[in-house]
Amino acid sequence: MIFLKRQLPLAITFIMGIAFALQYYIPHPVSEEAITSVSKWMQIISGFALLLGVASLFHVHAVKIKRQVPGWGYSFVLYLGIFITILVGFWGKGEVKVDGAQTAFGWLYDYMMVPLQGTMFSILAFFIASAAYRAFRARSREASVLLIAAVVVMMGRVPLGQFLLPWTWDVTQWLLNVMNSAVRRAILIGVSMGSIALSLKIILGIERSYLGGGKEQ
Amino acid sequence: MIVASILLLLLTGGAAWAAPSALPPPEGFHALDTPNDAGRSLSLVWKASPSDSKDRTVQIWIGEGKGEGEFKIVADFPANTRYMKPGEFPFWAQPAGPGDHYLKLPSSKAFPIEDGKPYAVKLLVREGDQEVWSAVAQATSRADLFNTAQVNNLMFVLAFTGVLLASISAARRNPHVRLRRIAGLDAVDEAIGRSTEMGRPILYLTGAGDMSEVPTIAATTILGEVAKKVARYDTTLKVPHRDPIVMAVCQEIVKEAYIEAGRPDAYKEDSNFFITSDQFSYTAAVDGIMLREKPAANFFMGSYFAESLLLTETGASTGAIQIAGTDSDHQLPFFVTTCDYTLIGEELYAASAYLSREPVLVGTLRGQDFGKAFIMSALVLGTALATVGVIFQTEVFNYVLDFFRDFK
Repeated sequence: MIFLKRQLPLAITFIMGIAFALQYYIPHPVSEEAITSVSKWMQIISGFALLLGVASLFHVHAVKIKRQVPGWGYSFVLYLGIFITILVGFWGKGEVKVDGAQTAFGWLYDYMMVPLQGTMFSILAFFIASAAYRAFRARSREASVLLIAAVVVMMGRVPLGQFLLPWTWDVTQWLLNVMNSAVRRAILIGVSMGSIALSLKIILGIERSYLGGGKEQ
Repeated sequence: MIVASILLLLLTGGAAWAAPSALPPPEGFHALDTPNDAGRSLSLVWKASPSDSKDRTVQIWIGEGKGEGEFKIVADFPANTRYMKPGEFPFWAQPAGPGDHYLKLPSSKAFPIEDGKPYAVKLLVREGDQEVWSAVAQATSRADLFNTAQVNNLMFVLAFTGVLLASISAARRNPHVRLRRIAGLDAVDEAIGRSTEMGRPILYLTGAGDMSEVPTIAATTILGEVAKKVARYDTTLKVPHRDPIVMAVCQEIVKEAYIEAGRPDAYKEDSNFFITSDQFSYTAAVDGIMLREKPAANFFMGSYFAESLLLTETGASTGAIQIAGTDSDHQLPFFVTTCDYTLIGEELYAASAYLSREPVLVGTLRGQDFGKAFIMSALVLGTALATVGVIFQTEVFNYVLDFFRDFK
């Protein structure tokens, strides 16, 4: 059991990790085919894993309905939505359009999913405004610098701002290309080093907490 | 008569002097297998001529075998184009000299190139009504087993691996490695304690990525440490997921954490649950959980996209203590603005070592620091050499700079 739970996954991780790290340096078509095959396998496994997800979803909401916990009505609506979509999908054979005419399944997607997604995304504009208000309150020296930089960049990025204060365009470009890029690159270098280090720890079996349990070798 | 003959000679000689010189054939023309590629392509190299101009054209003709069969035209371009681009190849893998013409001829529908089969190539140079053929060059395409242009990259990875292993070994001998304080991780206990006191759940998100992404793996390792503390405090943990595989992994991690904390009885199978893979549907569902159940602590670890602000701003409105950790640099401003603590970039990867304090993991952090010191030194040296090279108009430093470039 310990072999299946620990040693086998670690061995697979080591072999596949080394193989696909080396794949980066091998331009041969066999190497390209290998990574394509593995990507396809990952898609297949993800497809099957979706069953796990759906089972979890059904279980969690079935328990809520059964126990009638507060807000169980939402779980009922979720069940209703899932079953209606599945039925309509089967009825329309999974097609969103037949001979140029929209099916009921296509209607559900275009007139329910897309507007709902659009609504969620559009809320972002309001959230940005409220987050910006909180961030730009000049409560400290650093926050004041942030506020000034933000005002200059905003003026430099909108036509009216450029018309009123033409110098903001050059300052904005300098702030974005020099200050911002330098900081982003510093973060990215740190991220890359951390990413390589974590990958090596996983490949070499030093970091094994993703398997559950302790980390010591 | 003699005078007339001399005049005639002078006139014909003058005419010969005034006539345009014959078109020179391309010098040093040769074909070769394209280096460091997956095969099915040839490369052509020939010397640049000072008389190359846009009015002069070059045609590429290719045929099978040694050139005894029919040739087909596959490319036609002005003679003053297709030079070796500076920095395209490192100095140790350059197929042509600086300033030479270089053309990669890939397999196409018009003329498929197969590996292991010889091909003959020749150039036709034309200008006005003049034209001249080059000699026929032969080459055979093949797929390469190693990309020599990336040997510097491999050397760096091997050296970094060596440094990491040495750091781990040093940390095993001397486990007292000093770690810089990371406020966001110090606040984990505070967040869990607050949730316990308030009797509210803890919400932990592992981000938008799947298990093949490093930030997701980092998020799951931190979840293990958080779950251990949650088990000890006997608080409720909720981990909504976007990816079923991540959910399965996290279920195992949380279960093991509860066992390790000596509280297997407190583990709930449905603490990890799947919502949906759709970005905004997931966001709406998690926002709903935040507003209905009002978790006292929200953790946002892993990689995030546009949903980051929708999640954290909703969390902030409920008054929860929020700790984020991400390597998505474009989402960092949103997290910094709306969360109480943010693990920036590499701090996310260091979190597992920081929370567990295991010498082996902590040792790798020192190895990372050596790597960063090397990169910083390379940046300073590279900038200095490139600047000196520009000032003195010399390319001699390119040999050093090539070592630090990423070639494909």
